[in-house]
Amino acid sequence: MADQSFKPKTTKKPAFRGKVQINPEQCKGCGFCVEFCPKKVLKLSSEFNSKGHHPPVVIDSSSCAGCNLCGLFCPDFAIYGWREQEKDK
Amino acid sequence: MLTKADPRGVLEGDFFLDGDHAACEGALAAGCRFVAGYPITPSTEVVERIAARFPTVGGRFIQMEDEIASSIAILGAVWAGRKAMTVTSGPGFSLMMEHIGLAAITETPCVFINVQRGGPSTGLPTLPAQADMMQVRWGSHGDYEIIALCPYSPQECFDLTIQAFNLSEQYRVPVFLMMDECVGHMTEKVTIPPADQIEIYPRRLTQKKPGEFLLFQAGKDLVPEMVRAGEGYKIHITGLTHDERGYPAMTPPMQASLVRRIVDKIQLNEPAIRCVEESDIEDAEVVVISYGITSRVAERALEMARADGIKVGNLRLVVVWPFPSERVQQIAEKIKGFVMPELNLGQVVHELTSSVEGRCAVRSVLHAGGTVHDPQEIYEAIVEVAR
Amino acid sequence: MNDPLACEISQEAEVLNPTLDFIRRDRMPHIWCPGCGIGTTVNCFVEGLKQSNANLDKTVIVSGIGCTGRVAGYVNMDSFHTTHGRAIPFATGLKLGNPDLNVIVYSGDGDLFSIGGNHFIHAARRNIDVLVICINNFNYAMTGGQVAATTPTGAIATTTPYGSMEQPFNTCHLAESCGAVFVARWTAYHVRQLVRTMKDALNRRGFRYIEIITPCPTLYSRRNKLGTALDAMKYYKEHSKTRNGVDPRTADMEYQGEIIVGKFIDRSDRPIIPDIIDERLSEALGPRYVQPESE
Repeated sequence: MADQSFKPKTTKKPAFRGKVQINPEQCKGCGFCVEFCPKKVLKLSSEFNSKGHHPPVVIDSSSCAGCNLCGLFCPDFAIYGWREQEKDK
Repeated sequence: MLTKADPRGVLEGDFFLDGDHAACEGALAAGCRFVAGYPITPSTEVVERIAARFPTVGGRFIQMEDEIASSIAILGAVWAGRKAMTVTSGPGFSLMMEHIGLAAITETPCVFINVQRGGPSTGLPTLPAQADMMQVRWGSHGDYEIIALCPYSPQECFDLTIQAFNLSEQYRVPVFLMMDECVGHMTEKVTIPPADQIEIYPRRLTQKKPGEFLLFQAGKDLVPEMVRAGEGYKIHITGLTHDERGYPAMTPPMQASLVRRIVDKIQLNEPAIRCVEESDIEDAEVVVISYGITSRVAERALEMARADGIKVGNLRLVVVWPFPSERVQQIAEKIKGFVMPELNLGQVVHELTSSVEGRCAVRSVLHAGGTVHDPQEIYEAIVEVAR
Repeated sequence: MNDPLACEISQEAEVLNPTLDFIRRDRMPHIWCPGCGIGTTVNCFVEGLKQSNANLDKTVIVSGIGCTGRVAGYVNMDSFHTTHGRAIPFATGLKLGNPDLNVIVYSGDGDLFSIGGNHFIHAARRNIDVLVICINNFNYAMTGGQVAATTPTGAIATTTPYGSMEQPFNTCHLAESCGAVFVARWTAYHVRQLVRTMKDALNRRGFRYIEIITPCPTLYSRRNKLGTALDAMKYYKEHSKTRNGVDPRTADMEYQGEIIVGKFIDRSDRPIIPDIIDERLSEALGPRYVQPESE
């Protein structure tokens, strides 16, 4: 008789992914979001916005947990993160 | 537009009251339901009576830590929806100046009572003067206009407090009741009429919905409508020069339009705000012009001069600011001169002189304060001008 | 390099950041410097407000003058930008005028504790039902970086060019000793704790005080050669110690020293103004007492 409780282990994909929205024109390049992102998803771009600041860009989107620490830290309301439900395939 | 007084605040009847007590009853009758104050002679009795009376009529009184706090706490209460007042004398009045400017530029309707005493500085705490008259007009920094009334009896301390509240609501402006220690501590008959005989100018609350309403957009009379916090209008009030939304807009054109409007609001409406009491002006050669307690003393001097056959008229200013320049100029055309007794070393007389523009003589009768004039001094000035 | 699947770079002037629902978008961008921590605290405040039971229509913000004073002008609520040091008595008038209002004072260290010090201690003594949020950047920033009652001893400011010679207030100690019923201190680095503390404070009543140590890169940091705003935030991260419940008198801050943070005081045993007024007056006057009408 098969043991009903035995299930082969599989790597579970997360039900959500983290996403980040950046408004580069609002950014003043303070670097808080880059420094305090727990997953190190961001870095300051080498591009400038029209005020001469370097806004952040995402360098590793797959690691983003959507925790919105970047959004909480940003003094200029220029970035925010959220969790998006994964679509069923 | 006008409504009747709330009967709960009207102590109907005839009483023997001093000016301070009468002013308290006037505030209650006017619908004042928030007072923040600080004790200072000779005004303290006003707030002491308020502290006792307010809980029985649905009002709130708080003694704040100083006059600076009192003068801004009342602005907070106004924006919360109440009619509010503070009470003080000279030294406290000086402390309130910054917030008088704030009330003026934010167009916050409120009433300040100053029971004037001898100054400057600590001066004569228990004795009368009328030496804050220029300060009430110019005391805060910048350009602005206010309304100031001067009662000459305890009865007027009652009546004019109501008028002060009405004017403040009509013009969204701080209004001042400039009493003095003599009228404040003088006891006389005060008749408080029934509530339905007392006319109240209610707060001009807008009917517009949130999103449609601009807190500093004025109507034809240059006065914007009012609103209160907590109703979803998301208002913004600032002492910075601001636009019609209330948002800071620190530019010369905005300064020109905002400050000009708050000055014009009073200056151009002066004929409607004006309140003077005149007698025997028609054929007068000399006119005595005065305000407050000094007018009571001047009455004796007028009697003395008339007994001598001098054609002397009486012009009592009930509203001193805005000054009734137009009326004064009309009178100045026809007379030899004005006699202006004041319980100070010459304050409102400067406004009189500049209004008269040389059309007739101006003779002041000065007094450093501490007691009222001797009628003889005023009489002698009348005689001198009549010659 | 951008990863286009995860990050939408908005080319519009507005971003869909939900915090902006609470901000007057027609007044953006704000005037605060790059790296100024005030905006960070506003995020935490908005988040805390959302998570609390507050009625947003009844929530009013009062501020004084200074960089932090500008918060009133940027939040999308009934807001009052009053005179220097006098936000608290204005808030007292608002609260007594309409006790249903949820009144919050959001102001700076100079405004609240130098010129405003007298009003602070009396409001705490009275236990007036108001939340005071103090952004402490250790100087008068708006006017160029002068010394304030909170400037650490030895720090350079424009009016103490040889270093401040005075002892600053430990504002949490001051608040507690005057009777504040809720006292907490965090830094702008402690965003999650700030959200939680703001939410807690908004769900309490009485005189509540939250101090937030915040970078001032343009003035305080620059004059004292302390680096960028990010350097300040890292310094807060490394030098803060969370000590919930400690006596705030043990939490003095020395120049570039340790920062004790946490929720220090959370008590509910003091009578609250205006609640106590109705109670006491009913007792004294019986049926003659008339409660103020709700407007």
